Amino acid sequence: MSDGEQATTADSAVDDIPPLKRDRRSVFTRLTEGLKFIWASKTATVGLFLVLFWVFVAIFAPLLTPYTPLEQDWKNPNIGPSKAHILGTDELGRDLWARLIYGARVVLVVMPVTDNLWIPGGTAIWGVIVALLVGTTLGLVSGYHGGWVDEITMRLLDAMMAVPIILLYMIIMAALGASAINVVLAMTIVGTPGIARLVRSLTLDIRTREYIRAAETRGESAWYIMFVEILPNARGPIIVDAMLRVGYAIFAMGTLGFLGLGIPPPSPDWGSMVAKGREFILSGSPWAALWPSLAIATLVVGLNLLADGIREESMRYQ
Amino acid sequence: MDEQAHEKSEVVLDVEHLSIAYETRKGDVQAVRDVSFAVREGETIGLVGESGCGKSTIAYGIVNHLGPNGKITEGHIRFQETELVNKSQAELGEIRGNNIAMVFQDPMQALNPSMRLGEQLTEVLTCHRDISEKKAWQRCVKMLKRVNMPDPEDVMNRYTHQISGGQQQRVVIAMAMLNNPSLLIMDEPTTALDVTVEAAVLDLIETLKNDFNAANIFITHNLGVVARVSDFLCVMYAGQMVEKGTVVEIFKHPSHPYTRGLISAVPKLGESKSDSVLYPIRGRVPAPANRPQNACIFAPRCDYATGECLEARPSMVQLSPDHAARCLYAKEIETRPKTTRRKPRVFQIKEAVAKQAASDECCLDSENLKVWYPKAADSVVSLFGLGEKKYVKAVDDVSLRVAKGRTLGLVGESGCGKSSLVKGLIGLEPLTGGKMQFLDIDVKETVTARATELIREMQMVFQNPDSTLNPSYTVGTQIARPIRRFGTVAKGQVRAEVERLLNAVRLPKTHYDRLPRQLSGGEKQRVGIARALASRPDLIICDEPVSALDVSVQAAVINLLLEIQHSFGTSMIFIAHDLSVVRYFSDDIAVMYLGRIVEIGPADKIYDPPYHPYTEALLSAVPIADPTAAQKEIRLSGNVPSALNPPTGCYFHTRCPRRAELLPDGGAICEQQKPPWQQNGTGHRILCHIPIEKLMEMEPVVHAREPNANGSVIAVDS
Ligand SMILES: Nc1ncnc2c1ncn2[C@@H]1O[C@H](COP(=O)(O)OP(=O)(O)O)[C@@H](O)[C@H]1O
Ligand code: SF4
Ligand code: SF4
Ligand SMILES: [Mg+2]
Repeated sequence: MSDGEQATTADSAVDDIPPLKRDRRSVFTRLTEGLKFIWASKTATVGLFLVLFWVFVAIFAPLLTPYTPLEQDWKNPNIGPSKAHILGTDELGRDLWARLIYGARVVLVVMPVTDNLWIPGGTAIWGVIVALLVGTTLGLVSGYHGGWVDEITMRLLDAMMAVPIILLYMIIMAALGASAINVVLAMTIVGTPGIARLVRSLTLDIRTREYIRAAETRGESAWYIMFVEILPNARGPIIVDAMLRVGYAIFAMGTLGFLGLGIPPPSPDWGSMVAKGREFILSGSPWAALWPSLAIATLVVGLNLLADGIREESMRYQ
Repeated sequence: MDEQAHEKSEVVLDVEHLSIAYETRKGDVQAVRDVSFAVREGETIGLVGESGCGKSTIAYGIVNHLGPNGKITEGHIRFQETELVNKSQAELGEIRGNNIAMVFQDPMQALNPSMRLGEQLTEVLTCHRDISEKKAWQRCVKMLKRVNMPDPEDVMNRYTHQISGGQQQRVVIAMAMLNNPSLLIMDEPTTALDVTVEAAVLDLIETLKNDFNAANIFITHNLGVVARVSDFLCVMYAGQMVEKGTVVEIFKHPSHPYTRGLISAVPKLGESKSDSVLYPIRGRVPAPANRPQNACIFAPRCDYATGECLEARPSMVQLSPDHAARCLYAKEIETRPKTTRRKPRVFQIKEAVAKQAASDECCLDSENLKVWYPKAADSVVSLFGLGEKKYVKAVDDVSLRVAKGRTLGLVGESGCGKSSLVKGLIGLEPLTGGKMQFLDIDVKETVTARATELIREMQMVFQNPDSTLNPSYTVGTQIARPIRRFGTVAKGQVRAEVERLLNAVRLPKTHYDRLPRQLSGGEKQRVGIARALASRPDLIICDEPVSALDVSVQAAVINLLLEIQHSFGTSMIFIAHDLSVVRYFSDDIAVMYLGRIVEIGPADKIYDPPYHPYTEALLSAVPIADPTAAQKEIRLSGNVPSALNPPTGCYFHTRCPRRAELLPDGGAICEQQKPPWQQNGTGHRILCHIPIEKLMEMEPVVHAREPNANGSVIAVDS
């Protein structure tokens, strides 16, 4: 099939080879190519818009509301959407829109390490990144090295995967205590086995390729082969998987917050917002519980659509 | 060709002006254009051409399996006088019934791995007609016998993975023949098989043709194969038929430049680099989207092209009642010089190669090398000898020597340990035993423990162009890596060095920034060669470097390797399953069987008697691209035995066709004692009990071809 590709018109015989234009792709063309790729799939486009919406409001949160998430309007607790508070207020009179978008910030844009130290990169993002680092390394080592290393790692990870995820989260958080760092840690522990499995299976396939043999005959180190030769070729499925995992992570954060095991108050957390708001649903103020639930749902669905769309589209290219 | 029989027999399939297109994102692309041919009862028509020329598309068009995006845009397909084009799937099913059968390259495409073979075979019968299970079963067993399947009753109860590739293909053929089809289409049915197995399957196809009187379409890219089985030939190029005629006619008087190109791109069995030159066809098959419409489709690659060729699409020129070619100059082409192009560079070095004295300096010397694998848990081999600790003796006691600047060829059926041997040499597998000296240094370690200076002196070229390069990095980066790692040149000059290497493998500098997916198969292989050259090694190991390439490109890569060897004085180990290619390329040849070398010596001595009985069988299985060549027919029975449980005495005794004939007691000694080396002059050794005098008396496998038997075809030194 490779002969059917129209990419080149090059000539492969020993003699005359016509000169060819240089193929240099700028960052810009790459970006537009990526966008075109997503554009080709309706699913991915819808997903991208949902995700971009939340990223946008999270980044520009301070500019999008006159309130802070902690400011209390004593006179107007538990009201519905109004002119002053577009989404309403919670039981302490805090503006729900402000809490919602600052909550998105914690998920996607910044992470409260301590009360005073906030680092860039949302909690869910950090959770996935650290899990990716650990899981990818384990998967690469298992897959490339094989033998007993593989055997032991995989059995341990299997054992972890046998525990229901939510239970695992609760055990870890109960043991470690509620804090953003611990949420990241819990996500890492929960996410690693799945990522490691995926990367291992990709590695098992890629390591049989002849370019890996070529690297070995050059006497390259195992680390070089794993991270420079194998990993870049596994990136497609890993990126798709990571997107899905950000979705799970957001969901998990919500669940932990709901159970009171998430990021401790007063920082605005969607899960604890739902937990608090739940008490007032029957008394006629569903808003405080509704908005954060919707937020979680749209963001998670958006990420899933994006990941699915990209996966389908890349399958079609093969 | 018996004219009269030919006239009488009935036309089974008649294809007229067939055009087929695929819908793609970029619009319709025409994969097949205006193809006409007819197949008669009891006749085999061969479709040849390189990959992407539309051969499979025609086959799928006939059986209406073009897939959702393929469609027949023009023409007729008449099967037993009924039109097939524009009929619905249901109607087609009715017309065709079980009358058209198809065999694919990969037998696993037709077999279900989770069903017993017996069930699959009987299902073919019971599903279409009223027949009792028992009767069906019996017929299947009978059919398996017909296709020379050993132990047919037992095979019926096995699963696909429990039989070998050649046997799987036999089962598929048996399956196809069960319904007694009037038309049998085979798409590269032997491409995935070893030469010995291929020869047996081709014999089978030949006998079945005579017995069943079916019309056959045989698709292949291999001229040798097609010469053996077909009566008629259609040469396909870029979706068009460029030449058709009887096999004998076409091989004797190839009249289209493409056909001539194909024939002179492959070495004939027995030719060597010192007595002939391979001519690659420049360029490559154009993709369907950019094929010339109103010009000769071959013009961009044709050496004879003139302005007229670009003005209109030539029509078929009738050369004789049975022979036509789509070329303006078809009638005179034979009188033209072989090529108007300047000689391949190889010409100039050819003489030098011929004169090259047997170098005495040794590059690599191994003694009793062993590469044993602890029994793999899930291989077929492990079905036997469960329990105790066993080894697969992939390489056992191999001693060989590669002289500086020379090439050692390695041949043998798949699974005989060629790749394991080179892996052991290069250090990808630990050596279980034996000694190895490389550049006068004792080497025992695997590659990770070797000194960098040693590693850089031994590099490798791989088989599969699609996996030899890392898809994530540009060509330049990949060639630069070994240069940087081994510090071949100073830091600032890496780019210049890469460009020099690109030039050495005849690629333009602009390929520096290309990604592998933007290259053709031949180009990728060149980059792989450049990468191996980058550390300026003394020894390059080529593991089937050309077997995944189209023939026209193959010639270019072989010429390139020869050139490199000449200009850099590199020693080479060359593995290929094509014995003609190995003979052409190598100075010395080692024949391996079951992990051992059974014959080793200078290339010309290996291809002439005395032969080891195994070598003789291998040679007689080589498909020869000359329908008139007389070749001995020696077929090996059975499979290569398990390397876990090699036979006693001579490993080859289970299949040896010669021992009963040339040894007393039917060769009982072969079962008991390991054979000794028989010396035939210096450097030629044969591992066999048969005394050398008797081996000397063997007939040559291929009868000496008359000089220039097929005229212009053989490269003449001008
Ligand atoms: N499903 C498809 N969609 C688009 N193009 C195709 C498809 N199948 C084959 N082609 C193109 O049609 C041409 C002929 O292919 P094929 O019939 O497989 O040739 P061959 O069997 O001679 O190798 C090639 O250029 C190939 O890329
Ligand atoms: S018509 Fe012209 S270009 Fe085409 S094959 Fe003949 S000589 Fe070559
Ligand atoms: S030793 Fe015996 S079995 Fe082996 S090749 Fe010679 S004749 Fe055949
Ligand atoms: Mg094909």
